Parts: sequence; C-alpha cells; structure tokens
Amino acid sequence: MSTVINTPKAAAKEVLKDASMVKQKEMMAAHYDRLTNAPKTGAKVAATFVPGNLNELLMCFDLVNNLPEVNAIQNGLRRTSGGFVLEAEKVGHSEDVCTYVKSDIGMMAKGNLAPNGEKFPNPDVLLLSYTGCFTFMKWFELLREQYKCETIMLHTPYMGDGKITPNMVEYMVKQLKEEVIPKLERVSGVKFDIDRLREYLKKSVKAEDDLVWVLQSAKNKPSPIDAYFGGIYYIGPIFGAFRGTDDAIEYYKFLREEVVERLAEGKGPVTPDGDMGKEKYRLVVEGPPNYTNFRQFWKMFYDEGAVVVASSYTKVGGTYDFGFRHNPDKPLETLAEYCLGVYTNRSLPMRIEMLSNYVKDYEADGLLINSIKSCNSFSAGQLLIMREVEKRTGRPAAFVESDLVDPRYFSAANIKNRLESYLQMIEQKRASGRAAA
Amino acid sequence: MDASLNRTSTAGVVARAQELFDDLSFTAAREWKAAKPGRKVVGYLPIYVPREIIHAADMLALGIVGGGDQLEVIHGDAYYQSYICRIPRSTIELGVSGRLDFVDGMLFPSICDVIRNLSGMWKMMFPGVYSRYFDVPQNYRDDVGGNYYVNELAELRHDLGELRGAPITDDELRASIALYNENRRLVRELYAFRAQKPWQAPAAEVYLVLRAGLVLPVEEHSTLLREYLAAAQAEERPMRDNCKIVLTGSFCEQPPLNLIKSLELSGCYVVDDDLLLVTRWLTADVPVEGDPLQNLASSFLHHSESTAAKYEPDEKEKGQHLVRAVNRSGAEGVIFAAPSFCDPALLDRPMLQHVLKDAGIPFIAFKYAENSGQMQPIREQAGTFADSIKLWSGA
Ligand code: SF4
Ligand code: SF4
Repeated sequence: MSTVINTPKAAAKEVLKDASMVKQKEMMAAHYDRLTNAPKTGAKVAATFVPGNLNELLMCFDLVNNLPEVNAIQNGLRRTSGGFVLEAEKVGHSEDVCTYVKSDIGMMAKGNLAPNGEKFPNPDVLLLSYTGCFTFMKWFELLREQYKCETIMLHTPYMGDGKITPNMVEYMVKQLKEEVIPKLERVSGVKFDIDRLREYLKKSVKAEDDLVWVLQSAKNKPSPIDAYFGGIYYIGPIFGAFRGTDDAIEYYKFLREEVVERLAEGKGPVTPDGDMGKEKYRLVVEGPPNYTNFRQFWKMFYDEGAVVVASSYTKVGGTYDFGFRHNPDKPLETLAEYCLGVYTNRSLPMRIEMLSNYVKDYEADGLLINSIKSCNSFSAGQLLIMREVEKRTGRPAAFVESDLVDPRYFSAANIKNRLESYLQMIEQKRASGRAAA
Repeated sequence: MDASLNRTSTAGVVARAQELFDDLSFTAAREWKAAKPGRKVVGYLPIYVPREIIHAADMLALGIVGGGDQLEVIHGDAYYQSYICRIPRSTIELGVSGRLDFVDGMLFPSICDVIRNLSGMWKMMFPGVYSRYFDVPQNYRDDVGGNYYVNELAELRHDLGELRGAPITDDELRASIALYNENRRLVRELYAFRAQKPWQAPAAEVYLVLRAGLVLPVEEHSTLLREYLAAAQAEERPMRDNCKIVLTGSFCEQPPLNLIKSLELSGCYVVDDDLLLVTRWLTADVPVEGDPLQNLASSFLHHSESTAAKYEPDEKEKGQHLVRAVNRSGAEGVIFAAPSFCDPALLDRPMLQHVLKDAGIPFIAFKYAENSGQMQPIREQAGTFADSIKLWSGA
C-alpha cells in the first residue's frame, strides 16, 4: 500500500508515502481545483463550517463545499495566517477574537487565494450551521456583509443538559424543511431529492465505520496511530468536503488497511520523520492544535516517545465513536442528530466524562490540554476539566497554551518545558506506583 | 442616612439603589427569602431570561452580573485563563465564597460560549442547585423557532413548578406578565425621559436604579422606578455643555460605575445604552390574554431588542437598531465599550461600525474589565470625542 514520492522539500530523500496520503492529497487538489474553477464551470459554491457540516445535503444541490476553517488551517500550515490576522486587525477586528475569522478576513483582503494559487470564488450561499460555537454566527454575518449572498441559519441547540431532546430534533428538522432546503433549492436551481440524500448518507456510514476503527486502533500497545497530530489528517476528508462520497470510502479503506498492516508489524505511528520510535507515553489531548508550528509541536511529542491515543479535537466534525452513524432511513433527523452530537456542542460535564473515559479506555498516562487563546468554545472551563479528569482517573493532567493560526502565541520553549515536566511527572507517578506495588 | 426614609428625592432613591449595588452578599434577596418559609431564589446571568416564569413560581429572579470592582477574586482565577473575560471568574467567586449559597436555581442564557460553558461548570461545582442552560431560538418564525421556544419555556415552567412543589398555573403567569409589562413600561419611560433631559437623570443614577431591578422583587422595583422618575422630573439640575452619546457593547460584563460616571464627567451624556438589557428586552407589552407561553414566545420573536447574541436574518437590518437608537435619543455619536475578550461584542463591532459610518454617525471604541481602575485614558478619549462632536456640529 505504499507509493514512492519525491517531495519538493526533501528532494534528495525519497519518502515513502502511504496510499491514503497520496489519495488525500489528490482529493484535496481536485477539490481546490473544483472550487477555483467554479466560475468557469458554472458550479455553485456553498460555504459552511466543520462542526455541523452537512456535506451530503449540499451535494444534493450540486453545491461545492468550501470550509473557511479548513482554509484558515491551510494558511496556518503554510504560515500565511499570521499576516492575514494582522491584516484583519488593521481594519478594525479585535485582537481578542477567534483567529480563524481574522485569518479568513485577512485572506479575503489579500486576494483570497486557494492553496493552488488560484482565486477562491465568492460563495453563492453561506450555510450558517450554528453548531457548538458562538463565533460562527458572527463569522458568517461578517462574510455576508462582504459577499451580499444568501445566508441560511441552521441553529443547533446546545446539549446543556447532556441529552438530545425530541424538541431539539424537531426544531432542527423543521429548520431543514422550512428554511434550509427551500433556500438551497432556490440558490442552486436543483430540486431536492431525498433519495439522493439517502444514497450519500449510506456512503457516509461506510467511511464513518472505518474512521472509528482507525481511531480506536489506538487502544493497542503500541498504538499504530497518533490520534491527534496524525488524527488531524485522518479526519480531513470526513470533516471536510468528502463525507458521503466514494472518495472518502476509498480513503478510509486505504487508511484502515495501512493501520492493519502497522498493527501486524507492531509498529507505532508514522510521523513527518518516519516511523516513531518506542512508545513511552500514552496521552489523551483536549483542544485544537497549533497550526503555525504544527510540525515543531508534534516533534516535541514524538521525540519524547509520547503518542496521543485519543483526542477531543478529532470529534469536532462529528462524534462517531459512541455509536452514532448517519441513518439513511431517517435522513433529516440524522442530520440533526449529527449536528447535536459534535464535540463542541456537548456540555462540559459530558466533555469531562468523555475525556475521563478516553484516559481509562485507551490506557493513557493522563490528559494534556492545549488551550487556545482565541477559542472560547473550547477554552472556557478547561481548567475545571483538567482538575476533574485528574480526580476521576487518578492520572496526572497538564496544561499548555497556544493559538490556532496566530503565530504570535506559540512559544516553543514554554510548551516544551511544560511538556517535559509533565512527562517527568508521569515517570514519577509510575515509579511511585511501582514502589507501592 | 437611612435612604428608605427619604425616597422622594433622587438622592434618596439613588442611595437605596447604591446600597443594593454595593452589597455583594445580596442581603436584600436573602431577607426576601427568609421572610417566608419555602421561598426560593433563582439567579440568572445576562442577557435575557423570561423572569415572568420565575416570578409566577413565587420565586425571586436574581440577576447576577459578576462581581464588579469591589469583589476580591481569590478562587475565580484558578478556573479561567488570562484570555477569558472577567465575569465568569467573578461569578464563580461569588459562588465559591458562599455569597450565592441561598440561591436555589441558576439560569445561564445563550449569550456566548463562556456563559454556555459556565452552565456546565455550575452543574459540576454546585450539584445541589438547579442549573439550566437557557437556549433561545435563532430562527424567528412562529412555526419553527416559536414552537421550539414554547417547548423550552414549558420545560422551564415545569422544572420551576417542581422546584416550588406545585405547578405554575396560567393565571399565575398572566399576573406576572402584567407586572413585568408595567416594569418595562417604567424603564422605557425612564429611558425616554433621560434621552430628553439627560442632565436630570445622569447615566450612573439611571444605571443604579435599573440595577436595583436585578435584586428586588419586580413590584418593589417598579415602585423604585416611579419614585425616581417623579423625583428626577421634579428636581431642576444644571445642564452641562455635554454632547449626547449612545453607549453600546456593555450588555454582559458590566463597566465599573466609575466608568459610566467618567463618561459624563468628560463631556458625554449617555442617552441610550445596552446595559442590563433584561430590564427592557421585550420592547412591547406581552399580551395578558391567551396562552402565556405563546405570548412570551411571540414577544421574544417579534418584539425584542437586537444585540450581538442574536442572529440578524436580514442583512439590511444589521446594525440598524443602533442607528435607530441614535435617532430616537437624539444622540450625536456612539461609544463602543466592550469587555476585553468579549466575543459577541467584539465580533459584532466592525459590522456596527460600518453601519454607523454609512449613516455618518461618529464613534469611538475602547475595552474595559469590570474591575478596571484606571479611568484616565477613557476620560481623555471620551473628552476628545465630545470636543470633536461639538466642533463638528458647530461647523
Ligand atoms: S470553535 Fe473556536 S476556533 Fe472554531 S470558530 Fe469557534 S472560536 Fe474559532
Ligand atoms: S463578557 Fe462577553 S464573552 Fe464574557 S461572558 Fe459576557 S458575553 Fe460572554
């Protein structure tokens, strides 16, 4: 399942790329081409968010899905986000607010170029899937101001009491029927066909099954995957514009086969520097990563033999590991339940429960929180989460801080120090455990 | 001076309101609870809850807006990173320090992710207290958002009925709606009066009188409002050469009282604001006939304030509430005063500023925290703004 690729950066060195990586790269490239060619092909474009991403529904209207969060991530990884954030601040956006928004707005001001170097088309519709984060509402109000296009609100109620009530589902289905679908029909000129939606949902399930299998493979020792740094790549297709497609099915099939192989060979995760060395620490991570220094951040972990076995961030675009799958028999209800269940739409007690269970079920040494300066949805309450998980699991927790795509808030020395002392703490805990035994 | 003896003067009314404001132990609410066995108190945070339902359950609706600049935050900082606003940490402080130990329930409205997450923290930290995240619809159609909201209200009604030990009847709700209608009418009257004669009703006084409504039973607060209005209308006070401004962005974490005073001292009469919006959230009387929950829902959908926590479905309407507030109150400019790290206020601000720019309305902006001590920079900024407005209007 491997292909030899010459990467431009490591021209001298031949790097082995797994088939899934090649597949994902091709998918992303084709997707960006589809987007940037939209003005030529006449394809209509919808922008929406990763949590509450209704990709199957958008496909029913032949809409191409553009996700501004993913664009911000791309800009973070390519280190262009810092300039964009400054650009947005220059025109009056506060230094205190989510840097995804500012990266997006700054990018628009600077030509709105996609990773393929072509201009992003203006969206024909903004599907404001208001799920799990307040910022989304303002973000699309800001974009609407700019693009003057149809904007559709889909409000996902918050699971404040830790449960999905019939009232919540009915409300969402009603919004889908009365607002979202008619407006998407109007914008796209395509009539809604519920059977088409069912077909896409069936495909989603296949990919979801394989994704869950891959993420849960981290229960093995050593874990064949890194469920945070590596996990971010694994969730790409299903959280982005590919859920419900054959491409996604194929991607996850490849990925699963590769993990099966790694397991059989007793290998740990693949890192940017090749196979990871011996697994020394198993961690659960809460919170999004930093993207501007992503590799450097990851390296701090694998250099120490620390592997992330479960993470909450890989559940922001859908929580599948507790059994939820899109249900083609109840196409609209299932979209509602999908939105309701995403990680950031879960109450704080639910998040604590989930992280504590991860620590136990994945036999982790403890919980590490990467707290994002400009993300209240994740960050507000994380110190309580940390203490509670520590209390419930009896395993140590730690806290580092950075930002998603604003390089000003990534302090490598600080994070490295904290991580090292955390790992030492784990060592001490192990030693005292051994002494007591 | 015992202020209660002399509530025919603005000074007397304001002294009572100030006393309530200064009391971080909520003595008035405690006394209300102790006065009759079985009484219960339900706290709520900004921005809006239907207080009518709490009142209909014979409970006191207690508005909690943080700890202000007098509360020493000892424990609260251990719960929040430095890049999160201050109101949740001071609210936690109020809880952990026992100042809210008489509160039987807490409602956390859907205003932002900080208060949303605080709802879960409260459940964890105070398991004996009824805590509820209070969601409101972002869809304003009666048959969509309306239905959802009526069911949410019914759930709240049911829960509070259980807390009381007896269900809340329609008649109880209607009676409470009538009382809050009256209260809101008085608040609107006060705002209209201040817009006309801001020197007769200084912003800090209006704020304190309004703020008293967060801790007093609605009946008493209406009396206080009437007393203040009568006194403010009767007293002649000197008019200063101030410009008139609308204050916006301060709908959650409160600016220190000194900040409000500083604005007027530096030459800006506040003629409208978005402070303590819960006191006038519903902009028209809620019908007392018919189904009370339907009526509350319909008022929320069609007759409520615009603010950053609400989605504006119509792009052309975005920010127009602010232009209307300026026109209605005869203001000459807008001051954006937002708490540091406040997502709703700060994300909304650029859009509102664009609307003001298009309407030719001048504005300035700054940030604060509830415990900001240094007023000099704000005074200077507001003073310069007032001067420039005067210069501009003279030109
Ligand atoms: S979840 Fe956090 S990072 Fe994502 S849009 Fe909301 S505030 Fe920004
Ligand atoms: S001040 Fe702003 S960010 Fe803080 S709790 Fe209030 S609305 Fe939320």
